[in-house]
Amino acid sequence: MLSDQERAELEKGLAHYEKKKTGCIEALRMVQKFRGWISDECLKDIAQYLDMTPDELDNTATFYSAIYRRPVGRHVISICDSVSCYTVGYRDLLKHISGRLRIKPGETTDDGRFTLLPAACLGVCENAPAIMIDEDVHTGLEPPEKVDPILERYK
Amino acid sequence: MSKPENEQKPLTGNFRADGQPLSLAEYEKTGGYEALRKALQSMSPKEVMEEVKASNLRGRGGAGFPTGQKWSFVPSGEGNPGPKYVVANADEMEPGTFKDRILMENSPHMLIEGMALAAYATGAQEAYIFLRGEYVRSGKALERALGEAYEKNYMGKNIFGQKTAFNLEMRIHMSAGRYMCGEETGLLNSLEGKRAIPRAKPPYPQVTGFLGKPTVVNNVETLCNVPHIIRNGAAWFKGLSRSQDGGTKIYGVSGRVKRPGAWELPMGATIREIFEGHAGGMQDGYKFRGLIPGGASTEFLIEEHLDLPMDFDSLQKAGSRMGTGTMIILDDRTCPVGMQISLQSFFARESCGWCTPCREGLPWIVKTLNSIEDGSGEMEDIDLLLEQARLLAPGHTFCALAPGAAEPLSSGVRYFREDYERHVKERRCPWGNF
Repeated sequence: MLSDQERAELEKGLAHYEKKKTGCIEALRMVQKFRGWISDECLKDIAQYLDMTPDELDNTATFYSAIYRRPVGRHVISICDSVSCYTVGYRDLLKHISGRLRIKPGETTDDGRFTLLPAACLGVCENAPAIMIDEDVHTGLEPPEKVDPILERYK
Repeated sequence: MSKPENEQKPLTGNFRADGQPLSLAEYEKTGGYEALRKALQSMSPKEVMEEVKASNLRGRGGAGFPTGQKWSFVPSGEGNPGPKYVVANADEMEPGTFKDRILMENSPHMLIEGMALAAYATGAQEAYIFLRGEYVRSGKALERALGEAYEKNYMGKNIFGQKTAFNLEMRIHMSAGRYMCGEETGLLNSLEGKRAIPRAKPPYPQVTGFLGKPTVVNNVETLCNVPHIIRNGAAWFKGLSRSQDGGTKIYGVSGRVKRPGAWELPMGATIREIFEGHAGGMQDGYKFRGLIPGGASTEFLIEEHLDLPMDFDSLQKAGSRMGTGTMIILDDRTCPVGMQISLQSFFARESCGWCTPCREGLPWIVKTLNSIEDGSGEMEDIDLLLEQARLLAPGHTFCALAPGAAEPLSSGVRYFREDYERHVKERRCPWGNF
């Protein structure tokens, strides 16, 4: 069941579309903000709201990297693995974060605090290497130990 | 009479020193919205289009298509009332590229004004900013700016008063990831709530675009140039440039240089000027080996190319492309095979899977490269890579993603072949990557 708050956001956010399903990516993003990820149950509810079949909505949902169809931790770390970061220390940074949190890209820590995901170029190449945690970009992480106090800020 | 310094940098010259976005009032103090006012009050849509055509503005997203010409394909006249759309391609996701972010974070109204002018010229009454989801700061700056514009009636119904009778609704669409959204027909599918797979062309978006209606899709930097062209004229714009293409260009450098960053310079500044002059050359302890001039999907260039002007035609003649104009440097302490793996893994992951050469070919290339890197590759594998690059060339695939991947691959093997061979001969990565 979609909550009243979720419904209200959807009403407001999709009002300008003639067909609600045109805004299905926005709809998925809005609901994911409340729940962290999109479960099968939740997908069905959103699909019903948008006058789509669940399969039709899942077809779109599974295409997009920022729509999570599996549970994620309280915080998502996206580590840029594109070419500019690669040339200035991405490999050491990945090794450091992986080692410290004991997770590989695609995994979540046992305490559910962090999920680590690979990310395409974050567009801050002048301050590489970079990661994004939730909605915050952190740059210039060389040497990789610079990330340690940053991670501490996310509980 | 020489122009004031900031007029030589129309895009970035008026940025605030603290990196905060210009408010509407601040933007207006620098001449902001004068162009839109001028266009709506004293120019016909056709005159706006002609001015942009005459300016030789070429698309800054990478392909370099003449902007005015692109607009002119939108059906106009009484028989074509609309709806029509203008979309800003703000899905900046080309690896190594960060210029549009700088524009949106610092001067969001410039993009909004450019879009309004594009809408006026093409008869569109609705506009979308297709923004990549990671650009949270840009999103906040644009949202605030758009709110200010609506409040002052610079957006909405009867912009600048009843007389203009010009209406425009503008919205921001935050994307949910995937490089394919930057391809303009993939972008339109995504905006419609579908998978971002490319559409067959023709019909082109200018005729059949968003929801099947005429749509112009332009890059952020392209649109940001439009207000300056309309305010100061096509001749002035052409005068900013050192090449056939009009205007300035935001060039960027990343990698092991002393001062990575972005600079607005006359179109046609040389690679050396940008890389050695502005970026300060290599960091101590690193040697230059090569560069990709304009984002991941352009061909490698080497020492002998450093005096080339960075413009569309000069780099094309040298066998590469200007692309987005933001170069990535390969240094001597980075393994050229490893860098290639980073590039090709990106393309393989971002392939939408719609056509076979791209979906199957790119992962195969990554696999081949990985075996060379870890010392288990054979000499034939190197030629296999070139064969794969050939099979991904334009004409073999549905869109430009895979041909883009083939550009750094074939040129990378060509210029750094000895390094690839050393991996095979020594059965290891000489840079110690494995």
